[in-house]
Amino acid sequence: MEKTKTINFMAKSSRHRRVEQGVIAVLIACSTLAIFTTIGIIASLIFEAIQFFKFIPITDFLFGLNWSPQTAIREDQIGSGGSFGVLPLITGTFLISAVAMALATPLGLFSAIYLAEYAGPKVRAYIKPLLEILAGIPTVVYGFFAALVIAPFIRMTGSEIGLEVASESALAAGIAMGVMITPLISSLSDDVINSVPQALRDASLGLGATHAETVAKVVLPAALPGIAGSLLLATSRAIGETMIVVMAAGLAAQLTLNPLQAVTTITVQIVTLLTGDQEFDSAKTLSAFALGLMLFLVTLCLNAIAHQIVRHYREQYD
Amino acid sequence: MTDDFTIIPTPHTRRRHKSELRFQWYGKAAIIAALGFLVLMIGSIGYKGVGVIYQTKIELDIQLNADAFDPAQLRKADFSGLVKTALRARFPDVKNRRQKRRLYGLVSSDAGFELRKMVEGNPNLIGSTIKIQLTASDDIDTFIKGKIDKNLPESDRRVKDVEINWIEKLQADNSVVQVFNTAFFTSGDSREPELAGILSALVGSFFTLLVCFLLSFPIGVLAAIYLEEFAPKNRWSDLIEININNLAAVPSIVFGLLGLTIFLNTFGLPRSSPLVGGMVLALMTIPTIIIASRASLRAVPPSIREAALSIGATRVQTTFHHVAPLALPGMLTGSIVGMAQALGETAPLIMIGMVAFIVDVPASILEPATALPVQIFLWADSPERAFVERTSAAIIVLLGFLVVMNLGAILLRKKFEQRF
Amino acid sequence: MSKIVESLPNIPEVLPLDPAPQADPAVRVKPLITARNVNVFYGQKQALQNISLEVPANQVTALIGPSGCGKTTFLRCINRMNDLIDICRVEGSIEIGGQDIYHKDVDVVTLRAQVGMVFQKPNPFPKSIFENVAYGPRIHGLAASKAELQDIVEASLEKAGLLAEVHDRMNAPGTSLSGGQQQRLCIARTIAVEPKIILMDEPCSALDPIATARIEELIDELRENYTIIIVTHSMQQAARVSQRTAFFHMGELVEEGATEQIFTAPRDERTQSYITGRIG
Ligand SMILES: Nc1ncnc2c1ncn2[C@@H]1O[C@H](COP(=O)(O)OP(=O)(O)OP(=O)(O)O)[C@@H](O)[C@H]1O
Ligand SMILES: [Mg+2]
Repeated sequence: MEKTKTINFMAKSSRHRRVEQGVIAVLIACSTLAIFTTIGIIASLIFEAIQFFKFIPITDFLFGLNWSPQTAIREDQIGSGGSFGVLPLITGTFLISAVAMALATPLGLFSAIYLAEYAGPKVRAYIKPLLEILAGIPTVVYGFFAALVIAPFIRMTGSEIGLEVASESALAAGIAMGVMITPLISSLSDDVINSVPQALRDASLGLGATHAETVAKVVLPAALPGIAGSLLLATSRAIGETMIVVMAAGLAAQLTLNPLQAVTTITVQIVTLLTGDQEFDSAKTLSAFALGLMLFLVTLCLNAIAHQIVRHYREQYD
Repeated sequence: MTDDFTIIPTPHTRRRHKSELRFQWYGKAAIIAALGFLVLMIGSIGYKGVGVIYQTKIELDIQLNADAFDPAQLRKADFSGLVKTALRARFPDVKNRRQKRRLYGLVSSDAGFELRKMVEGNPNLIGSTIKIQLTASDDIDTFIKGKIDKNLPESDRRVKDVEINWIEKLQADNSVVQVFNTAFFTSGDSREPELAGILSALVGSFFTLLVCFLLSFPIGVLAAIYLEEFAPKNRWSDLIEININNLAAVPSIVFGLLGLTIFLNTFGLPRSSPLVGGMVLALMTIPTIIIASRASLRAVPPSIREAALSIGATRVQTTFHHVAPLALPGMLTGSIVGMAQALGETAPLIMIGMVAFIVDVPASILEPATALPVQIFLWADSPERAFVERTSAAIIVLLGFLVVMNLGAILLRKKFEQRF
Repeated sequence: MSKIVESLPNIPEVLPLDPAPQADPAVRVKPLITARNVNVFYGQKQALQNISLEVPANQVTALIGPSGCGKTTFLRCINRMNDLIDICRVEGSIEIGGQDIYHKDVDVVTLRAQVGMVFQKPNPFPKSIFENVAYGPRIHGLAASKAELQDIVEASLEKAGLLAEVHDRMNAPGTSLSGGQQQRLCIARTIAVEPKIILMDEPCSALDPIATARIEELIDELRENYTIIIVTHSMQQAARVSQRTAFFHMGELVEEGATEQIFTAPRDERTQSYITGRIG
């Protein structure tokens, strides 16, 4: 009756193996979704943009000084150029982002410096998450606040000192956006500043430098590449931000660099063009995709450069 | 040599110490400014929004004369006419047409409907005179809440002197009451601020997040498992990795464009539906979930894998029986944070048409719906002053959900932190 | 050990005339640094116990002892670098030139400008060679003009024996130098501030024998103008460069005296064991 135990090194049943392979196939499929998403984005944007450039020559789009898509609906105007010049949108986007960065850079950097260099662990443990709340608040909330509180305030202050301020000024949207991206800069810069070796601080302090001198002349220059990376990421965020500008910036495309005037941005125009009736055979609707493609490419480049810089920086001190 | 050793600072050094203090002060000022903005923003929105808890009602005596009703068709009766009659009876000296219109405007345009509901609920009331609390119109509500300055010149005021006069009379005999505002939490959107509620938007957000979670959680987790546990380190997996990092930084509106062209135009899925909204948000959330899940898989010690493998488990068994369950809390935490982000997203939903005027509560993921942040955007755009209060209140509700979700994530993380 | 004999003629120069209570005659000139009953704690843990030590001017004093005995801690007390460590607490007094450096009115920045420090691992700033050395004089406002700054930088590099090797690439990054050159750059950076005292924490531990020899020569030259305290793990190095030696063990100062005496006739058994390699 006794059976000797056999030792079998052969593979398990083929059904068993098929199940395993099936599972792995599903896993692979899930992980490639990111690639398909990217392909989907690029393909759909390019496809629609090409349709658009059949109406409007790409040079008119890129170098035109006038943006007023409404007038181009009329039959005789299609392709007549001039109405789809993207430059005012680019300057508008640039203007608001510049205001935002002008506010967020000092706020974010000084917060990061204080947290990394001066604050004790307890203060840090409270302040850091508090600052990060700013990044977690939905952007409609910032947009609402900008339109309801900041813009009227700027207008009032402006008229008090005799300045002409538009009711939807680039400044109002820029300020709200600046606060929104501050935690992005502060938390990335904080990491970067923390990774500067203590030996450099010791060297400077040992020479009799004050803490501030050490930070300004030794730590920050050493951390500069990483900080630059964080600023680029923040800029990319500002350029792609939609709700704040939709709610607090204007709709009229103006070629101006005056932050007290109303300007419009690429994202605002995409939203405006695509809410309401869409006709996928009109230049008006299709232009949104040309704008989207542009936005995607610009933010992609900024992000790629930023990631490269930050990675390079990390390797330097590892 | 020893005599010139000094530790008394020179004037030059004193100046340097001053700039040290200034420098520290900049840091504090930056933090205070950023947090001050936060407090100011939340504070002012909260201040503007809390009023929504109460709704002003006007108490009227209404005569329900039997001859005004057809018992077979109660519905057909002219309920708003009855309300108007009651108002005229309350203020008999109002004669001219313009004044009368103002008078009828004290109560919401929905007042007749409120009366109908009451009568339908209890037909025995017909024939008697009843007391009923009718919703005041938005301007009156705003005025009662003290948000309209009486001292402004009349022409700059939405509420005129006559109306103030009537209100004061009504107040004098306690006919103006503030009750808990159930309508805000139980009704959908409306053109009339005093009737507008967030329920349809909340349900829309819920359906959208549900779709988003059901898609992004399994896909994100499985992708993370593949990348962390199975993927060979080669160019292909590098490509996936780069893609994930880039997607995490693509502007959200671009995802909206993708949803519009692919999901709506190519696949023909229903426009404005939570299904499409959830799919678009899922694409945005997946990178977040993958990144968080990979981190939590990496935190599972290799000894667990070795233990399972050494007793003859396959790699798939090892992963799904031992590693993934240990990493699950971390994955869930990451997903909750991702869901919280998705809950606040507005722009991509606008792109796929979830920006509609939705009165009815959506019953499925295929019906047109809107979402809470989009509702906020829509209300913020409305000219009526009273919508400021609704918008602010909706923001408070939205932030409330975000706080709950993030606290949940934090608690989950705390609970499972020191496992290994 | 032959180096000791060579450096011995230095000692009689400071020999005092009247006999001292101490066994060692050298300290009886007024010491530049006087530590009295110094206790140092890191949180609950005591790292130094009751250290009293006098350091004469213009000599090299070596601190030796097994790892973890508190040499670095003591060194960092002298220019108050320990202030940077939150949990660190210093008791007792350290006087330099008759002034208590832990007095509340003392300005650490001014103190550190006069008590320079060279670290175990060369730590040049990620800047040019010139900027590395110019940094100190700049922040302290020591140079009135560009030309003066240039002079200070060159003189410091010259004193550190590095000028000849780098004069044609002053704008190259400091980190591009070899380890030994980097350490000399750090020394140049320290002396550019014109300190009175230079603290060196195992300055040669990251260097090869040739670079080490070069630095030791340099220390010997610097002695003329500076008071040097050096921490070293190498008995030979202590013997070669220092006139006086202090032996630390488990947070205590076991024995202190002329280097020759410590190495040839230690009074304490623990010193004996350490220098003969039995503990450490
Ligand atoms: N920052 C610190 N926090 C806590 N304890 C410390 C710290 N620095 C040093 N110690 C402790 O103080 C004691 C003395 O350390 P110290 O660095 O002075 O030793 P050392 O003699 O310089 O050793 P080595 O020769 O290895 O450099 C050690 O026990 C060490 O663990
Ligand atoms: Mg040491």
